[in-house]
Amino acid sequence: MNDAEAPLIEVVGLQAFYGRRRILHGVDFSVRRGEIRVIMGGSGSGKSTLLRHLIGLQRPVAGSVRILGVDAGRASARELLAVRRRLGVSFQGGALITSMSVGDNVALPLREHTALDETTIRIMSRLKLEFVNLGGFHDLMPSQLSGGMTKRAALARAIVMDPELLFFDEPSAGLDPVVSAELDELILRLRDALRMTIVVVTHELESAFRIADRITVLDQGDILAEGSVAEVRASADERIQDLLHRRPRPVEVDVDDYLRRLTDEDG
Amino acid sequence: MSKGCELHRDGDWAVLRVWGEVDLSWSQDVRRQVLDAFAKVRALAVQLDAVSYIDSSGIAALVEGFQHARGKGGRFALLAPSEPVRAVLELARLDRVFPIYADLEAARAA
Repeated sequence: MNDAEAPLIEVVGLQAFYGRRRILHGVDFSVRRGEIRVIMGGSGSGKSTLLRHLIGLQRPVAGSVRILGVDAGRASARELLAVRRRLGVSFQGGALITSMSVGDNVALPLREHTALDETTIRIMSRLKLEFVNLGGFHDLMPSQLSGGMTKRAALARAIVMDPELLFFDEPSAGLDPVVSAELDELILRLRDALRMTIVVVTHELESAFRIADRITVLDQGDILAEGSVAEVRASADERIQDLLHRRPRPVEVDVDDYLRRLTDEDG
Repeated sequence: MSKGCELHRDGDWAVLRVWGEVDLSWSQDVRRQVLDAFAKVRALAVQLDAVSYIDSSGIAALVEGFQHARGKGGRFALLAPSEPVRAVLELARLDRVFPIYADLEAARAA
């Protein structure tokens, strides 16, 4: 890893809004090549909104987002598409196309974005199914897969182009512990063998501690902490400890805000 | 480091020496060389000790070569894969599929 190299992801002062509600309050975030970064946070922490910006699905309205050196706020649609081709994204729900077999789903990015011959495409996509322990399942339809298999098929599709940058949204959610540990192991090996830089969004602590080089903890749109696994574990911050020990947090209610949210017509 | 591949004959075997980073930008050259080699010989060894990185399109070319050899009753071998190559082979458990030898002599003797 070259320290002098510009980060693959560089976010400065990112704000995001949903209606009038501010979801991200000026987030700074950067990821270096070869790093595995875990973004943690509970529901409503803003982690999904941050992720949408990182994969170029949402353009920043305030602050800046640079992905693989491209300014997502200023890039043309064509430039942004070129960046997205160098990313792999494994969505939480899988997002497989239900009318296509698993094999065709996985092969889709290669068919769309490369001029490779069909034999190479077939081998590359089936190799990825082998990576995720779904070897031989290419003829199944998405509706025939269990939740864990869907997640693994989605990962196979996300890595089929050997992306420089892989995003993985909630890899372990809803999986049994063995499959979840296998996926963690695979994430580490993808980084080491295929040199991917990987950003994982999760709320599973055990998984985060197993795979992360660095952890970013988001809470209500702010970065609560960022550091190595050891640093985050040792943090004295009460909210982080709440998160680590799964303690419920008190809900603060602002009466004006609340009423506006319920009654505003154009909110 | 530069990259490339070069085919030479060694008795009844052909040896394809590959070096540098093998990725999508030129892995199809490796594939063509592998398939061309089988037009001339029945045994091909791919020497991988100087490969610093290989992506799955490069691995696909090797798989296709191996499949081709088996279909025609020929032989296919990987010689001295470097650590980065091994790591990718192991990811797909291909280290247990490909015949892998230290050098051509070992492949010949097997």
